[in-house]
Amino acid sequence: MSTTLEEPRAGTRIDYLNADYGWKSWLFTTDHKRIALLYLISITFYFFVGGTFAVLMRIQLIEPQGSLVQPETYNRLFTMHGIIMIFFFLIPSIPAVFGNFLVPMMIGARDLAFPRLNLLSWYIYMVGGIFTLYSVIHGGVDTGWTFYTPYSSTYANSQVIPVALGVFITGFSSILTGLNFIVTIHKMRAPGMTWFRMPLFLWSMYSTSIIMVLGTPVLAITLFLLALERLFQVGIFNPALGGDPLLFQDLFWFYSHPAVYIMILPAMGVISEIIPCFSRKQIFGYKAIAFSSVGIAVLSFLVWGHHMFVTGQSIYAGLVFSALSFLVAIPSAIKVFNWTATLYEGSISYDAPMLYALGFIGLFTMGGLTGLFLASLSTDVQLNGTYFIVAHFHYIMVGGAVMGYLGAMHYWWPKISGRLYPEAWARLAAAIIFVGFNLTFFPQFMLGYLGMPRRYAFYPAEFQFLNVMSSAGASILGVGYLIPLVYFVWSMRYGPVAGPNPWGATGLEWQTPSPPPTDNFEYTPIVTEDPYEYSKQEVGLV
Amino acid sequence: MSEVHTKTSILAHQFENLDQQLETDTLGIWVFLVTEIMFFGGLFACYTVYRSFYLPAFEATSRVLNVRLGALNTMVLLSSSFTMAMAVRSAQTAKRNALMAFLALTMVLGVVFLGVKAIEYHAEYMEHIIPGVDFAPQGEILQHLSPGGLGHAQIFMCFYFLMTGVHAIHMIIGLGLLLTLLLRARRGTFTSQYFAPVEVTGLYWHFVDIVWIFLFPLLYLIGGRY
Repeated sequence: MSTTLEEPRAGTRIDYLNADYGWKSWLFTTDHKRIALLYLISITFYFFVGGTFAVLMRIQLIEPQGSLVQPETYNRLFTMHGIIMIFFFLIPSIPAVFGNFLVPMMIGARDLAFPRLNLLSWYIYMVGGIFTLYSVIHGGVDTGWTFYTPYSSTYANSQVIPVALGVFITGFSSILTGLNFIVTIHKMRAPGMTWFRMPLFLWSMYSTSIIMVLGTPVLAITLFLLALERLFQVGIFNPALGGDPLLFQDLFWFYSHPAVYIMILPAMGVISEIIPCFSRKQIFGYKAIAFSSVGIAVLSFLVWGHHMFVTGQSIYAGLVFSALSFLVAIPSAIKVFNWTATLYEGSISYDAPMLYALGFIGLFTMGGLTGLFLASLSTDVQLNGTYFIVAHFHYIMVGGAVMGYLGAMHYWWPKISGRLYPEAWARLAAAIIFVGFNLTFFPQFMLGYLGMPRRYAFYPAEFQFLNVMSSAGASILGVGYLIPLVYFVWSMRYGPVAGPNPWGATGLEWQTPSPPPTDNFEYTPIVTEDPYEYSKQEVGLV
Repeated sequence: MSEVHTKTSILAHQFENLDQQLETDTLGIWVFLVTEIMFFGGLFACYTVYRSFYLPAFEATSRVLNVRLGALNTMVLLSSSFTMAMAVRSAQTAKRNALMAFLALTMVLGVVFLGVKAIEYHAEYMEHIIPGVDFAPQGEILQHLSPGGLGHAQIFMCFYFLMTGVHAIHMIIGLGLLLTLLLRARRGTFTSQYFAPVEVTGLYWHFVDIVWIFLFPLLYLIGGRY
């Protein structure tokens, strides 16, 4: 690659990127860092595919009568947007990229417990993705990303089976990644790395892995049943033969509500790393944050019924699910309060990762509080099926998970690539994304409150102003997402050399060169300190 | 120390020593079995819901199944768990010939199980009780069911084929794993220091066995014939 811009030493040092060249050294690698990069490229591709569907939807909704497509096509747009963004971008995003890259480095290990299984996970993910892309090319799916029966089993005129198989297959990638993380965190920690010396990112990866391992198999069997039902009309979910369509919803949400926490818990872990680093302070309430991650993982399995308040589920079940859903607010709030307490009297610097972290706190709080509206039985009856729902989960999924993902990209990119990105552009992009995001989705809260239903290609004319605002915001958001793509690629060749620890951060991953050598550390590190010892830390390294 | 050096090809690069590797492999298979429990758990949950909805039809349809062959298969599978446990023991005590013999015996019992299962499937095909594809039961057991009851019978048969079918797929995967173990054992890969693959495969095999222990009463015995 380029030798002119590097330090004299860096040009000769062997790291995981220049250890070997050629496509075989990438496609058959078992190095967790290279597999992380394979995932990074793949999920970025799916992010822009899913984003394209969103762009088409927002163009359609500029005019009340629709400016682009027929309703049948619109159904496919929002379905494919949801399926690709959730199963092929958000669920693998932070775990598969940053979890893969960082879990071994943060505990001082040479690799994950099962490196070949890790590579297999990526191939499984790609095979699932090919099934899904096949269905996109052949017209996509029009069932909504939830695949509700009997719509998906009896009435859909689209490619349900390939997509269900694609999601089914990709699920195993998620299961194996979770398994790998759990075993690695239990058995591969360096000497002195006790559970309570682990960075909080690892606690959140551990909690995420628990959900992946327990929840995903249930989704797998559910989609398997759905595919059989559609192929043979065997009656599992078909009321004509005695099947119960609501059973599908129960099974689906038993996975898919915890899946929300698969997406948000890793982002919370990222925020817990960034906030202390850019406040130069020990994190406030380490154990409270750690246990709140586990608490969210446990509670996540007990709240699925709040997606079914208006389906004919018994009112008593509704009451219990409502109360349990309110409980999830407690560990979430514990995290937010501890992050803000960490900021208090800190020496705060507003580098790009910190901007994303602060944005996350604000947007996640909005998303979380509006979630309480939806956990209440009476308000949910009013708001269910409106744009309020759409706005709520985009505040969590985009305002939360994607902001966390971008924060992680900016925080660990110097470690991954060995190069710095242009800070001014990065701050500008963070500001554009924040403004664009709010302009896109805040009007949707108002639209939902006023009663505009989701998933329609047309809408009454009085909603046009807010819809135009939302579409305008989406175009700003789109620009905000393209800028980092450009400067990250640019920085790989032209960025200044980062050095091992550009942020002066604690944590084992910063104590090894950037990019790290294939075995991560020259010697197995011995841990003697708690994480986030920013108060007594001298910046820079041994 | 020379013994340690001969083991380096067995010790994967990410581990410090063979003990850590064995512990890691064992925890890995246990976590995997947890995912398997959740996978089968989804099926069992659906079965339980429908059984509570349609108990009479489920009981009647259960009588269509061949309980003698089911019982035979239960015995075959339990015996295979015994031979598998003996194989693990032989690996731990570095008895290579015994290890190979017990692995081969386990495979034979596994193949017998699948053969008996195939005979059952064939009989059910001849009786036209394949849900969705060809469901027109001729026998007198299901004759008295109403049209609605026949729909419920179809759901029962659907779960029968799904659960035993997914179980059979696990058996086939298990046989593949046993075959690779057998080939590796013949090459003398396993020692009293290094037997993790045998132990891990053993845990998997016992799990598949236990699933059958639940399937047999839930599918074959709920008819109350005996």
